[in-house]
Amino acid sequence: MRFWMIGIFASALTGLVWVALWHLVFTITAILVTGVALPLDLGPAAFSGLVVGAFAALQRPASLNRRRISGIILISCFLFSFSLGTPFDPGSLLALWQRLLLLLLVSVAGWLSIEKTVGPTNAGFMTRYGTEKFYIRLFWGLGLIMFILIVAVPFYVMVMTSLKSQHSLLINPLDLSIDYGLSVTKLLNSYIELFTDYGFLNLLINSAVVSVATVMITLLFSVPGAYAVAKLRFPGRHWLSGSVLLIYLIPAIILVIPLYAILSQIGMRNSLFALCIVYPATTIPVAVYMLRGYFAGLPSDLDDAGLMDGLSRLQIITRIAMPLSMPAIASVALYVFMIAWNEFLFAFMFLDDVKLFTLSRGIVSLNSSEVPRQHLMAGAVIATVPVLFLFLWFERFLVSGLTAGSVKG
Amino acid sequence: MSHTSRLDFNGKLARREKRLAFLLLLPTFTLILAIVLLPLVANFWISFKPVTLGDLRPPSLIIKEALRGTIASPGDIFKIEYRFRNSSIKYPLTEASLRDNLPNGFLITLLDPACKIIAEGDGRAVLCTLGDLDARARGKLVIEAVLEEPLLVTKDILKASKPETLFIAQNAVTSFEFTLENYKKVFSAAEFWDVLKTSIYYTVFGTAGALLFGLFAAQIMLKTFPGRSIIRGLLLFPYVAPVIAVAFSWVVLFDPFSGVVNAMLLQSGVAEGPINFFGQRNADISVFGLTIKFPVALSMVILFEIWRYFPLSFLFILARMQSIPADIYEAAEMDGATPFQQFWSLSFPFIASILAVLFLLRFIWTFNKFDDIFLLTGGNAGTRTLTVNVYEQAFAISNLGAGAAVAVVIFVFLLIFSIIFIRFSPKDAS
Repeated sequence: MRFWMIGIFASALTGLVWVALWHLVFTITAILVTGVALPLDLGPAAFSGLVVGAFAALQRPASLNRRRISGIILISCFLFSFSLGTPFDPGSLLALWQRLLLLLLVSVAGWLSIEKTVGPTNAGFMTRYGTEKFYIRLFWGLGLIMFILIVAVPFYVMVMTSLKSQHSLLINPLDLSIDYGLSVTKLLNSYIELFTDYGFLNLLINSAVVSVATVMITLLFSVPGAYAVAKLRFPGRHWLSGSVLLIYLIPAIILVIPLYAILSQIGMRNSLFALCIVYPATTIPVAVYMLRGYFAGLPSDLDDAGLMDGLSRLQIITRIAMPLSMPAIASVALYVFMIAWNEFLFAFMFLDDVKLFTLSRGIVSLNSSEVPRQHLMAGAVIATVPVLFLFLWFERFLVSGLTAGSVKG
Repeated sequence: MSHTSRLDFNGKLARREKRLAFLLLLPTFTLILAIVLLPLVANFWISFKPVTLGDLRPPSLIIKEALRGTIASPGDIFKIEYRFRNSSIKYPLTEASLRDNLPNGFLITLLDPACKIIAEGDGRAVLCTLGDLDARARGKLVIEAVLEEPLLVTKDILKASKPETLFIAQNAVTSFEFTLENYKKVFSAAEFWDVLKTSIYYTVFGTAGALLFGLFAAQIMLKTFPGRSIIRGLLLFPYVAPVIAVAFSWVVLFDPFSGVVNAMLLQSGVAEGPINFFGQRNADISVFGLTIKFPVALSMVILFEIWRYFPLSFLFILARMQSIPADIYEAAEMDGATPFQQFWSLSFPFIASILAVLFLLRFIWTFNKFDDIFLLTGGNAGTRTLTVNVYEQAFAISNLGAGAAVAVVIFVFLLIFSIIFIRFSPKDAS
């Protein structure tokens, strides 16, 4: 008996999953937004979803809007009565409008999801094709919600924690709402303290200097190198383009001890200069690899024409190859900037002097019991915002950079 | 310039091209040699040497000069003392000597037998041969003198010239003293096999999980729907954000006392007490009466790895899937192929090569991962992988040699993985 291929069963299951999920999502959202501890009892929601899901597969002739309205009302009524009111009952700590909103949100989202998933399915036996389509619709929706939640929640917690005070964090860890009653300076207190007492401006400058220098040096070295590998004939060319990737596979953790020892002995370890030569060495292989592919795609006739017109090879690189491959250079630059900005291991090992700390190194030192948690999270936000901003602004370039070279990480 | 397929490097033009190519590659090659290949060799070197963190400061001869007695009028008797010491507690100094300029205007009545006076320009200097000094060796050299001309000799003038030292120090890093002790220590340590096992668990589950989640996300994002490009951007956040930021927000999120997750679990009655997600090694879970030890911290670290790196697999797989021509799906649909049949028979062959490449490359990189675990747990509670062990040995226990030996073990694994990678990587997937 393939009961999962029966329309009404599949629809009931869909209803159960969706209403329970939305109930969970909205209740947790309500908890985090209001700070009120609500019970997380999924039973009533699951049961109402089960009933209404079955109903969705049954009642067909009615118009879409009438089905919608009746579905939403049905879920609300079932949910309210099965749950004996919680968390919608008058005794709950939420205000009346909050309770109604919660109920409405769960019902509307629940019904719309059920409707989308069930689609044209009837109560009877489904074909194999219909069954697969049905469950794919279900898992598509569930997957989408899951991915959005698991990605967004840590970032949400990061931002909201950074806006809290030590006191309110201790009283109720669940309360991740913005307290609008506070003044802006109170709200941004952690950020202000980081910049005034913890020297974060200095950290930002150091990180920016190191990252920009890394991008410059990487491009300065890798553009000619990539051009040579892509366009010039010399013995060992194929061997070289293969070994570039192998060097890329050598991890930082193997290099850190010898680099630490060597740089310590020559007295260069505790300096931003050390980072500015070590970072490019780790990014140049991938930059060469990415640019080589792009240069190789440029027609050789252009180079030949340039040579005919009396340009030297270097002029061909700067006047023909580079302007034509700006998208690739931009994505390499962004990718390298991201790597340098986010880098942790070398900065952690090499830098002793607080004045030289980069953001990564500075934030690690915030992770102690003496520094309140909201400061740590504010530091995390400060480190994240520039990269995310760059990423969103230049997403097209960065995505092509990521796909081209970043199996590393 | 690649329109001749015959490789001929000997023509005049070709020679020039060859020279230019080497010139263009020279800076890159030099930097890689200095920062990647040289340290790689140096790591092998260090792994065979008894080097600790303290040995990185080379031993030196430390001199303290002191004056005793009054130096005011002719006939005053005074002493010049040089206290010397080998700063190293482990290594000797050889052929040590010291030299100090002395003014004229006083008579030396007693000179340490190790020292002699030599003429130096218009003045003179004392040269003392100390010979070989053992580790921690210290001593004193004394010159007794009688003042003759107070104008030429004052305390300030005597102090003004700093003694110079000459010695040959044995540098622990560059010496030719080799040992297998580091490897013995690493392999005989009881925890080594646990560390290796943790590393393998972490790598296998982290890689497979990130790949599966990436595949799932790619399937979802293949469909067009409103807001798709925004959500695609959002899904890349974990990978793009600094590791330091996301690792610490996980730590805060799962904190046993002030974390949201624990508060939520306690509130809803799922957990009876706070769970220390990143600090608890094992939890007993009973399934059908069987009690299983569930590695809590290790699982959390693996989850973090999956969370942080699924975007990458997602991006690659989505790019490959979007390059599959749509008409083959239309044809399959006409033939009545179900979605799963379409996936297995059409999509999967297209993405199989990228999946294989992703798996192998991610496998290597997950195996080499250090930052994430170090920031989340510090390698405690059963999450110490080989990479964290490198740090632990070299910097926490200060035994650079042992750390380097662990790094060599990692390198050997890396070599094996790379060979597998080259052997199995499909030629078309670059």
